[in-house]
Amino acid sequence: MRIQRKNPTRHTYMPDEQVDLSLLDGLLKKYAGKKGSMIPLLQGTQELYRYIPKGAIKKISEASGLSESDIFGVVTFYSQFRLNPVGKHIIKVCHGTACHVQNANGITTALMNELQVEDGKTTTDRLFTLESVACLGCCSLAPVMMIGEETYGKLTGEKAVKIVRDIRNNKK
Amino acid sequence: MKEGTDIMNKIKVVVGLGSCGVAAGANKVYHRLLEISSENKDLFELGKTSCIGMCYREPLVEITDSKGTYLYGDVDIKRIDEIFEKHIKGSKPVENYIVHSDVVKGDEQDFVDNQIKIVLRNCGMMDPESIEDYEARDGYKSIKKILQEGITEDDVIKTVLDSGLRGRGGGGFPTGMKWKFARGYKSDEKYVICNADEGDPGAFMDRSVLEGDPHSVIEGMIIAAYAINATGGVIYCRAEYPLAVKRLNLALQQARDKGYLGKNILGKQGFNFDLYVKEGAGAFVCGEETALIASVEGKRGMPKKRPPFPAEAGLWAKPTNINNVETYANIPWIIFHGAAEYAKYGTEKSKGTKVFALAGKIRNSGLVEVPMGITLNDVIFKLGGGIKEGKKFKAVQMGGPSGGCIPAELGGTIIDYDSVNATGAIMGSGGMVVMDETTCMVDVAKFFLNFTQKESCGKCTFCRIGTKRMLEILNRISEGKGEEEDIENLQELAAQIKDSSLCGLGQTAPNPVLTTLKYFRNEYEAHIKDKKCPAKACKELIIYEINDKCIGCGACARVCPTKAITGEKKQKHLIDQAKCIKCGACFDTCKFSSIDKN
Repeated sequence: MRIQRKNPTRHTYMPDEQVDLSLLDGLLKKYAGKKGSMIPLLQGTQELYRYIPKGAIKKISEASGLSESDIFGVVTFYSQFRLNPVGKHIIKVCHGTACHVQNANGITTALMNELQVEDGKTTTDRLFTLESVACLGCCSLAPVMMIGEETYGKLTGEKAVKIVRDIRNNKK
Repeated sequence: MKEGTDIMNKIKVVVGLGSCGVAAGANKVYHRLLEISSENKDLFELGKTSCIGMCYREPLVEITDSKGTYLYGDVDIKRIDEIFEKHIKGSKPVENYIVHSDVVKGDEQDFVDNQIKIVLRNCGMMDPESIEDYEARDGYKSIKKILQEGITEDDVIKTVLDSGLRGRGGGGFPTGMKWKFARGYKSDEKYVICNADEGDPGAFMDRSVLEGDPHSVIEGMIIAAYAINATGGVIYCRAEYPLAVKRLNLALQQARDKGYLGKNILGKQGFNFDLYVKEGAGAFVCGEETALIASVEGKRGMPKKRPPFPAEAGLWAKPTNINNVETYANIPWIIFHGAAEYAKYGTEKSKGTKVFALAGKIRNSGLVEVPMGITLNDVIFKLGGGIKEGKKFKAVQMGGPSGGCIPAELGGTIIDYDSVNATGAIMGSGGMVVMDETTCMVDVAKFFLNFTQKESCGKCTFCRIGTKRMLEILNRISEGKGEEEDIENLQELAAQIKDSSLCGLGQTAPNPVLTTLKYFRNEYEAHIKDKKCPAKACKELIIYEINDKCIGCGACARVCPTKAITGEKKQKHLIDQAKCIKCGACFDTCKFSSIDKN
């Protein structure tokens, strides 16, 4: 399951949300002075905030001595890292080869229509983020999507829309 | 009072809890069994295992009684209750649900009996979270044998060389040679790395091995460390495989506790070696060894020029040996059984077995391990059960984004590195995606190029920009806007990208386009000249229409996700082409073949 890359867009929009940066202290202490720890450090940061806040990059830079642009370079290189906050539920539609030949595009299009959101973006109510992933490794159940920890297989556009509607209705 | 209460004859019930099984609902079955077992104490012993390979029949439950073993497929809560009542309590196996057994004939007997399991020897046979289970299946006996019998480093390398094992990550470089090079460089620190950054879409062999048998990979790495005198090691595993990471960390701790890792391993003075798991962060190029090393060092995962090869200057500029998961998993078996036993399988230049992940339009999708030298047709028809829904076999894609499509007429190709390379595809890490007549080859080429184009790290100009230009041309072709010279342009760009890229990603990125052009040129021409997609898969070139067979049942209108279909009850319906997103849901739903795809 690799987050599929979007065609390059400049990361101009970085909301400077109010986040509690002191949460990072433990992480910074854990990796202080350890070589090659940038990626685990960023992974830990994303686990805390579910994305990498702008302020966190600055703080990591101050603590590690690496320049902000170096860290930004690492963040944007790997598809796992996000620079924007995400919705409560992340919908990962698999676009691996097996899913692709079994019409994964139809699933994404149906969900885009239902949620009125572009692929890779979050709904305005911040309930859902729609993502495409390159392979969930459940090729025998293709086409597949994953919401949270739950995997849904043998989908059709209609089934996918229904699953999302059910989640939304339960939350209201 | 009940049958089966005797400890010796206690029935064993094992549930397959790999990622595929869990996705299909195996956890629910396992929890139901837990409930049943707490209500019926001492009636059976409940265990769990990982991927059994038969993904298409998940969830799977294996029952061993005094007569033998029975593997049940497609088990859900209802079925498990029935199996419990009839088989566990009543000693009468439920034959309808049996997929494989050594007592009666199950309906998937061929799938199991045509395989030779070396890498997957323990997958689905034991609890992957138990080091004792691994030890009971000859685990860690190879490293013990080496240390106790005093087999020298050079002899270990010789055994690996003699076995003929070649890198299973796709490159096919002889593993023994790699070790020999790494051994040849003197340094105070040396490393072994396991490449578990399985990035090919459609491939899940490594994940299954890590989830199902983490110790064999660890033992393989310990043997490599002994052979090249390594001091430290890293397993670079995708963060997207949480279950594999969890089981690896658990296995590492167990191995440390038992003295297989750490200082003076198994009492051998001076043999110090430990390992840790490094989680990748999602970049396909990190499967390339120099890029992987950069990533372990915490940098952007961009490849470097070789030489120097990692064997000379790898991680932290120290001599480093990198092998893939499947390669390491072979090692303990080779040491234990000997090189000759391994080399018994395979062809002259490709020895042993290979694991394949079968997926796509194949009936039995799952994991298989076959000896090198059998044909593609054997794998697809004997093991894979042929094509789903009785459709026609068109091509098989091997090697993922670096590989190519092998057409049905070359189905007699034998599986070894050289024969597969000769077709223009590559052996790759083992993904086999099968395609039928409804798969458009231009679309497949476009799919892979879209992937490599996004995953290009951007270092080499031709890989960064060339793949983008190729993708633009393919997009145009599939939208019906192709031009005559497009095919020529694709070929020219492909040659340039191959020539001027530093690493494997760029050098192989054009392969999917080149192989489809070689074998399916007529499909490209149909898109360009006739503006038609022969497989009726390219959205821009098809429309859905309702014909006069429509009885107005409204089933299509109900499934349409965009409400593009309207019509009165019992009247012919109509599709609003402006709203239609061409998802095909109506086409799949209609029972009266009244929807045409044109």
